[in-house]
Amino acid sequence: MPAEARRLAPKTGYFALLIALVAAGGFALTSGAYPVALDDILRLFTGAEAADATASLVLWDIRLPRLVLGLLTGAVLAVAGALLQGLFRNPLADPGLIGVSSGAALAAVAVIVLGGTGLAGWSALTGRWALPFAAFLGGAATTLLAWRIARRQGQTSVALLLLAGIAINAVAGAGTGVLTFYADDNALRSLTFWTMGSLAHASWDDVWISAPFMLLTLIAAPLLARPLDAFLLGEPVAGHLGYSTDWVKRGVILLVALGVGAAVAVSGLIGFVGLVVPHFLRQLLGAGHRALLPACALAGATLLVAADCVARIVVTPAELPIGLVMALLGGPVFLILLLRNRFV
Amino acid sequence: MLNTLTDNPLLNVESLSLKLEGRTILDGLTAHVRAGELVALLGPNGAGKSTLVKAVAGEVEAASGGIAINGRPLSQWPRAELARHRAVMPQKIDMQFPLTAYEVVALGRPREPMAQRQRIVTELLALMDVADLAQRRVPTLSGGEQQRVQLARVLAQLWEQPHPGLFLLDECTSALDPAHQQLVFNRLRQLANSGNGLLVAVHDLNLAAQWADRLILMNHGKVAVEGSPEAVLTADNLMQIYGLDARVITLAEGYPVVLPIRPAHLAVAI
Ligand SMILES: Nc1ncnc2c1ncn2[C@@H]1O[C@H](COP(=O)(O)OP(=O)(O)OP(=O)(O)O)[C@@H](O)[C@H]1O
Ligand SMILES: [Mg+2]
Repeated sequence: MPAEARRLAPKTGYFALLIALVAAGGFALTSGAYPVALDDILRLFTGAEAADATASLVLWDIRLPRLVLGLLTGAVLAVAGALLQGLFRNPLADPGLIGVSSGAALAAVAVIVLGGTGLAGWSALTGRWALPFAAFLGGAATTLLAWRIARRQGQTSVALLLLAGIAINAVAGAGTGVLTFYADDNALRSLTFWTMGSLAHASWDDVWISAPFMLLTLIAAPLLARPLDAFLLGEPVAGHLGYSTDWVKRGVILLVALGVGAAVAVSGLIGFVGLVVPHFLRQLLGAGHRALLPACALAGATLLVAADCVARIVVTPAELPIGLVMALLGGPVFLILLLRNRFV
Repeated sequence: MLNTLTDNPLLNVESLSLKLEGRTILDGLTAHVRAGELVALLGPNGAGKSTLVKAVAGEVEAASGGIAINGRPLSQWPRAELARHRAVMPQKIDMQFPLTAYEVVALGRPREPMAQRQRIVTELLALMDVADLAQRRVPTLSGGEQQRVQLARVLAQLWEQPHPGLFLLDECTSALDPAHQQLVFNRLRQLANSGNGLLVAVHDLNLAAQWADRLILMNHGKVAVEGSPEAVLTADNLMQIYGLDARVITLAEGYPVVLPIRPAHLAVAI
């Protein structure tokens, strides 16, 4: 078969992405305020005697959970972006579009600002999980609302879902704005960090509570690859080909809400990954979801870990919010890509 | 009630009525397609051809009447099984994301083993004369090329099935040059001859006359005239239904051709 110009064979693409992922992971584990040598890491992983107790601590309790969380979050955000773009048949669809991020943000900001007053009961009930639980529930609730609004005669209208998402995002955004207005300085600082995303406080506990949802999304997404390919020809055609279009829509909404809800709950709002990664990979690999979804997982994970390295290294010992780094680096790169290839 | 016809047609549409936004689009329409038959669906713009196709495709719900495929009411078919008995080519498909021609045709055979799938897709791309476009992104193809790729996908869906298939093709040759129109109808004829049933909405009366077994001429959501090409394509019918002034000539080959007549005076003075 004659290969089309600029289109990469998936195997080559996966191989390159895997190398980039390992490189980014290795860099994330070794570098930082307390440098750890690469052979130390290998020794620690093979269970040999700890050469350096501090290194072991830094690695196991700080860098490794942070790396795992970064990998999962990046992979989920990129895969969720690809799923929604396939469903909406629009390259501009973002995981936040169905309300999951704005709902999570509203709930999280409410906990940050009102945790000591109006929501003291919730904080007492959930303890240190007050914020991630609230964010997850908030995201799930707004998505459910958008989905209910989009239901007509037992069918989900994709156009209505989009519009409902936009309206809900506006209302939730306004709510978040009002809460910000009442925040004191302390709350404002953690609020800013949360709304710009951060992996700074990643712990194994965060990994344990969020990983099941994120893994579910990552593992189940490829099941939707073929029906989503059919969706690219329009919903009626997917129906003619024998797919239950309503189940496809429900599946996408559910996976995005669970995966992104969990990601946002532990790492805050991180934009751009869900938009840029699928767009870029579609140009390299084509639009078929069977090649696209796994590639998105690899590239999203790599990109997020790389951005996190930048976030914690450029201003050591302080840190930048990762969402900020992503926007600062991703925005211009995305623009350059757009200018270089004007067509799909 | 649905099996009033003794030979149990592949498609049976019985007194179908359908409203969209309060307007009656199909009005007690009765039609059938037998296995082995190529039926052309004709009629002016807005007659309801696409709506009939959509109703049989399960895209729109009828208000009353029945649709049965192989004697089984449409609503009683399991989705996946129906996809192995009925394939649909919509009048319009727009594609935002660039799948390749090969990928599009492969969508017709999602559950096929790899090697088999590859063979069928390659065969159908060749059959529709788009083999050399296999790796091109479909949105970059010309209108006629895209139409042939979509047709290859639709044919792939029911290719080599052990039972008769029903094809619903809505203006599947509207963008094709005359040579490719002939090529496509030739293939459709072969499909019918090997036992499938085809309902093909077309505007080109001559193509219909040349290739179809039977014509259904629709108007205002009803069947206006139905029968052989010679019976349906008369100057009277064309004037009455299309308001078209045409001469009909029967060729030695045995089918009529329709030649619209240029009016003596221009319709509108500017
Ligand atoms: N969704 C809709 N809502 C309201 N009216 C509709 C809708 N879809 C089609 N119609 C109307 O139904 C009538 C039949 O439309 P249909 O598309 O079936 O015509 P057609 O015979 O396929 O015409 P054409 O030759 O132009 O393709 C038209 O008058 C059209 O305006
Ligand atoms: Mg039509």
